[in-house]
Amino acid sequence: MSQETESGPAVSAESEAASAPRAKKGSAAPRSNARALEARRRFIRSAVMSTGVVGAGLAGYLPVAAQADNPRLRPPGALDENDFLSSCIKCGQCVQVCPVQAIVLGDITDGFGLGVPHIESREQACDFSCDAVQCILACPTGALVYRKPDFLKIRAGAELAHKPVLKAKANDPEPTLNLIERAGLARLLRPDACLATQGKGFKGQARGADFKGQMRYMDVDRWAPIAVADHPYERDLCDLCVTECPIQDAIRLEVTEAADGSKRGVPVVMEQCVGCGVCEMICPVEPTAIVVDSRAVWEGEA
Amino acid sequence: MKGRFLEQIMLMLGQAPKKPVEITPEAQKIHKMKRLTKDDFEAMKKHVRDHALEKNTWRNRRWTVLILVNLLFTLSFWLDIQILEGALTASRFVGFHLIDLNSALQVMLAHKHIIVNLFIGTATVFLLWAALGGRSFCSWVCPYHLVAELFEKLHLKLVEKKLVTDHEFHRGARTVMWVLFSLLALVTGFTVFETLSPTGILSRALIYGPSLALGWVALLLVFEVVYSRRAWCRYICPIGLTYGAVGVISPVRVVYDLNHCFHEGDCRKVCLVPHVLEVVIKGRSPDVKVPIGPDCTRCGLCVDTCPSGALKFEVKGLNKLL
Repeated sequence: MSQETESGPAVSAESEAASAPRAKKGSAAPRSNARALEARRRFIRSAVMSTGVVGAGLAGYLPVAAQADNPRLRPPGALDENDFLSSCIKCGQCVQVCPVQAIVLGDITDGFGLGVPHIESREQACDFSCDAVQCILACPTGALVYRKPDFLKIRAGAELAHKPVLKAKANDPEPTLNLIERAGLARLLRPDACLATQGKGFKGQARGADFKGQMRYMDVDRWAPIAVADHPYERDLCDLCVTECPIQDAIRLEVTEAADGSKRGVPVVMEQCVGCGVCEMICPVEPTAIVVDSRAVWEGEA
Repeated sequence: MKGRFLEQIMLMLGQAPKKPVEITPEAQKIHKMKRLTKDDFEAMKKHVRDHALEKNTWRNRRWTVLILVNLLFTLSFWLDIQILEGALTASRFVGFHLIDLNSALQVMLAHKHIIVNLFIGTATVFLLWAALGGRSFCSWVCPYHLVAELFEKLHLKLVEKKLVTDHEFHRGARTVMWVLFSLLALVTGFTVFETLSPTGILSRALIYGPSLALGWVALLLVFEVVYSRRAWCRYICPIGLTYGAVGVISPVRVVYDLNHCFHEGDCRKVCLVPHVLEVVIKGRSPDVKVPIGPDCTRCGLCVDTCPSGALKFEVKGLNKLL
């Protein structure tokens, strides 16, 4: 290998100091011009590159703005959307502790929401089968919290009237979930499609044989959720959204009996709804009759 | 050596390397000897060159550590062994919080609220890397570093065939990025940099499965192959600067020994941050032994490459341990 040819002359500091100023004056001028030109080009290149990178970063705002009207359903205890995006460190520890793998991380199509957790209720809802809201316990930055810091105000209607009682824990000494705010609110989006509204019953696998979603069934195993497909139902009047709801007093079926003795029911969402999404997951009609509106607040019974 | 500490920090922030103002008498003597005994020097150089062994000791150790660390993340989730839970941005090692310093900075600036766990995790990681060498995070842990290192080989091959050329950027760009992304987090309230960070994207992809975001990482790699060698790590990534700042006080470093150096510059050709190796140029070393500055990623490529053992790992205070 040859001696290194660096941009600087490879001679000792002392000898260069002595010889450089006068001896090389003639040849120095064009060389320094070329250098100045390259430095200029490099500067422009660097400015363009920096602008490009910062621009690419800021482009992450576009999906956030686009999702503003239809926000993602965040895990329970999530701060309000913008605070959540800023405080989440995108590590996925909440994903790791969820027993039903309800939590998924946002992709680059979510912009600033890249790596931020959300729940696709129709695919896999949060059924609180962890009992203690493990995702809140796992969060290292306080993006998911039981109680917000004081400087973050609770939106009107987001606060629950009292801590929600988990049906599965109803007989435990402490039957409540330590949640103060709802993540969203269930809503009967397509009343005409609802089986109960039509007076129909339901028999079989709620979401078909291929559905991957899981749920905890207390009569099967308190600590091991099973596939919904492995737990078929049989109902004279469909009330899956009501019976499978993990929270007490969050949804009820209002049944009316016609003169001929036939029954019809309407699912009615109540104040204790935390927006977990189990009703949306379990609804056997396609597309679902009931949905969870993320960030929606309680405005009295509809 | 006076003022070298500050100079090394300025160098990391993007200032061009300077020739030494002061050279110790011992170093001057060696510089002079090398000129006076030129024939002997050339003969010795040839001898060393002929007998040099091709070794990848540190590279192999480093790749092993890097792969094992990232594998531990993946297996902790996949096999539910729960040793290292989370991703590189934040995790728990058998329950203890660990939080990436740059991610922590972004979150703290954006959210403006620091909870106890966040503080504990950040402090732990700060102490960890202050002890282990700051930017050693880059070369020993960051998954993007490994991928970029492999694609760098492709870039160098294409350069050799004159199909592409390396376009350098101003190293100060990284400092500008660091300041801009910090300001953006503070002003917009979003962790803007996390959207671009290939470290976070790759780490999450390894643990939680592939994502479209890998397309961005692929784009960066293509840019590095066809346009600018190791551009992300060299000129852009603020994570490198954050850990570099921690490395300022680190005892783990590579030390240069003027006595053993033949000034061939092989080390500078393999180095990710060749400006830290400015001292190896003939006549530039201000002292007989010079520690390499904080921008060094402690990757050990120079240690492997040097045919005459002029560059070695050293833990300050524990001479000749490694």
